[in-house]
Amino acid sequence: MSAFTRDELMTIAAARLLWNRCVCFVGIGLPSAACNLARLTHAPEAVLIYESGTIGARPDVLPLSIGDGELAETATCVVPMPEIFSHYLQAGRVDVGFLGAAQIDRYGNLNSTVIGPYDAPRTRLPGAGGAQEIAAHAKQTFVMLGATTRSFVEHLDFRTSAGFLDGFGARTRSGARGGGPQAVITNFGILTPQLHTEELQLSGLFVDASVEEARACVGWPLAVADRIETIAAPTELELATLRALNARTRTAHARPVHIPL
Amino acid sequence: MILSLADAIARFVPDGASVALEGFTHLIPFAAGHEIIRQRRRDLHLIRMTPDLIYDQMIGMGCARKLTFSWGGNPGVGSLHRLRDAVERKWPNRLMLDEHSHAGMAAAFCAGAARLPFGVLRGYLDTDLAAHNPNIRRVACPFTGESLAAVPALNPDVTILHAQRADLEGNVAIEGILGAAREAAMAAKALVITVEEIVEKLPPAMNAVVFPHWVVSAVVHCRGGAYPSYAQGFYVRDNAFYQRWDAIARERENFLEWMDRHVAGTRDHQEFLASLQLEPA
Repeated sequence: MSAFTRDELMTIAAARLLWNRCVCFVGIGLPSAACNLARLTHAPEAVLIYESGTIGARPDVLPLSIGDGELAETATCVVPMPEIFSHYLQAGRVDVGFLGAAQIDRYGNLNSTVIGPYDAPRTRLPGAGGAQEIAAHAKQTFVMLGATTRSFVEHLDFRTSAGFLDGFGARTRSGARGGGPQAVITNFGILTPQLHTEELQLSGLFVDASVEEARACVGWPLAVADRIETIAAPTELELATLRALNARTRTAHARPVHIPL
Repeated sequence: MILSLADAIARFVPDGASVALEGFTHLIPFAAGHEIIRQRRRDLHLIRMTPDLIYDQMIGMGCARKLTFSWGGNPGVGSLHRLRDAVERKWPNRLMLDEHSHAGMAAAFCAGAARLPFGVLRGYLDTDLAAHNPNIRRVACPFTGESLAAVPALNPDVTILHAQRADLEGNVAIEGILGAAREAAMAAKALVITVEEIVEKLPPAMNAVVFPHWVVSAVVHCRGGAYPSYAQGFYVRDNAFYQRWDAIARERENFLEWMDRHVAGTRDHQEFLASLQLEPA
């Protein structure tokens, strides 16, 4: 087994959560890498939907944007965007929504809008995009983001996407149809919601991570599950597939494009 | 009506207009946006789901007073620095935000296209956006009483698209990733479309997306008009340029110098493309 990075393990652990034939609404960046890794390893018939309207995309390299031509060319079909959001997502046809964010709180609520006050932000982030409705309507969501005390926070600066709100069934009472965040994959392991409180708790640790490390990078007193699963190191196949995918992607994105004069 | 790009912008994009340059990642009408910058339009209300590099450029060059949008980043790269500078430090001027989610904006375009007063969706539930945008409200379903989100219809003064081809009659055919381009086009009071090529007759395609000539205000022949985004079947997205934009736009001076050299200082889109070709990668 060759050495691996935490980023690689994070992507691989996220990929393992997907199953064959699952219908997955994919965010750009780490989620896209994880979903395509799953498709190239144990879940060859996973259906990847990107918000640009590409359904069943099978890209050979990871897209830089959510609407690269590669996605359209390899898709089963391409539909207009109002249709992807209303006929597919809102209609309950998506099993897993895969999201990133800038901040998360203990109930899996997400911020991708601003740091600081909305009207005078210290940092203006890109905003909601598709995240809000993915978080609302997907049967479950997985969230991927690196943990620091600035990203795993006691209080969000802005709630862009709803997780379990204040926990204890608040999400269900609000009328949200989707199941909410069922796993948060981060650089020390995995958090999952506790059944009753719906608070995220540490339930999986990477082989070389510790509870102390996890607590140090979370901005609230982190709850720990009764049993913590050890997340296995990458297999040769997982690691080789991910590295080849990333290498193909780097080459493709740096390739000079003929300017259409 | 077939016009030159300069004439189409002069005629359909006055100062103060609400303008939607649509196309989701694919077929972004860069050439039209650049011509708006060259003609020094001011006080525009810019509408686009993803402002992308083209609105970053227009905002940085002082064309905009208001932005309706739903995701304002450089896809896969990071921030739009000129948009951020306008929001965080009001440079070059204050920018009003009308911020939505993708689904909300799609619903607003659909309502606009149908000339309905508002769009409706199951959205914005338990999020902070509604508290900051009076354009996001709730209505009760008259049949079940369910509380739903409502957004006012978007009806831009002009929508500008880029497409693959038009025929001599002015019918326009578009293929590939559409985003909400079709709805934004039909929602607008005027519709200008730049195209890669003009052919004698469009190939018959029963379920294709075609804008019949009588809904199109002007067709403009503009090869490469979506570059550095792309036109399926003609050229691919220049992902390396999108990555380079991060450094070009990060600082005001560097941005202005680049815009002056490649956009304000060139006569048209062909000169813009030629100026990039001369630049060492």
